[in-house]
Amino acid sequence: MSRSRVPAAAVDRRRVLVLALAGGATLLGGALLSRMARATPETAKKLLETLAKGAPKEGKINLRAPEIAENGNTVPITISVDSKMEGQDFVKAVHVVADGNPLPGVASFEFGPASGKVDVQVRLRLVATQNIICVAEMADGSLWQVAREIKVTIGGCGG
Amino acid sequence: MSEDVKPRIRVPSSAKKGEMVEVKTLISHVMESGQRRDGAGKPIPRKIINNFTCSYNGKAVFTAKLEPAISANPYISFFFRADQSGKLEFAWKDDDGSVYKAEQAITVS
Repeated sequence: MSRSRVPAAAVDRRRVLVLALAGGATLLGGALLSRMARATPETAKKLLETLAKGAPKEGKINLRAPEIAENGNTVPITISVDSKMEGQDFVKAVHVVADGNPLPGVASFEFGPASGKVDVQVRLRLVATQNIICVAEMADGSLWQVAREIKVTIGGCGG
Repeated sequence: MSEDVKPRIRVPSSAKKGEMVEVKTLISHVMESGQRRDGAGKPIPRKIINNFTCSYNGKAVFTAKLEPAISANPYISFFFRADQSGKLEFAWKDDDGSVYKAEQAITVS
């Protein structure tokens, strides 16, 4: 009996410590992984380039969004474009991307001749504070861009 | 889940010729992003409405391609120019292949 020098309680304590360290490492690893899985401004830009080819200019397109969104699960945004929606002054499509969600894509809208005007509202799911970038693609081939940062207090997407 | 899916649309029943008419749509849908995991740590497969279309007298007037970054119960509003009386048809396409439809008549004077 005197052979076991370490009391049973000490072994338990050590085991608990080891388990706690391992658990901590897993959590840390998970957090790093989820951060790596996020979209970045670069991936968002790349996606936009595949959606609409060319160099977008600032202007024409407006994005109305809350400066601070308390609940990232449903963030209303309104996109409008100054356009007569006739002839060459016609919005063919509007593309929306986000640079801080797990995936950069948000939505693409296409308009028909009976559209009349571009004023679209949707609700977004944002995991954290990030930039929303909208690009309007006109019938004459020009691209117009607007970007806004939306601060998110409680992220959406669930965990 | 699909039996919970219910499209709702709000469009005025009449409009003046040339008037810009606002269309508001909402469909009850989980919009499962594919990013979440269940209690056992397995990823929950993606299930979203990936496409929405609205046609006015058979011609496409508005199309939306949606990604998981759109909230659950996706709400979409947009405008169209009322030129003649007719029918607005709406279709939402689900990842699982189902298509949910709705339609409404509009009288233009």
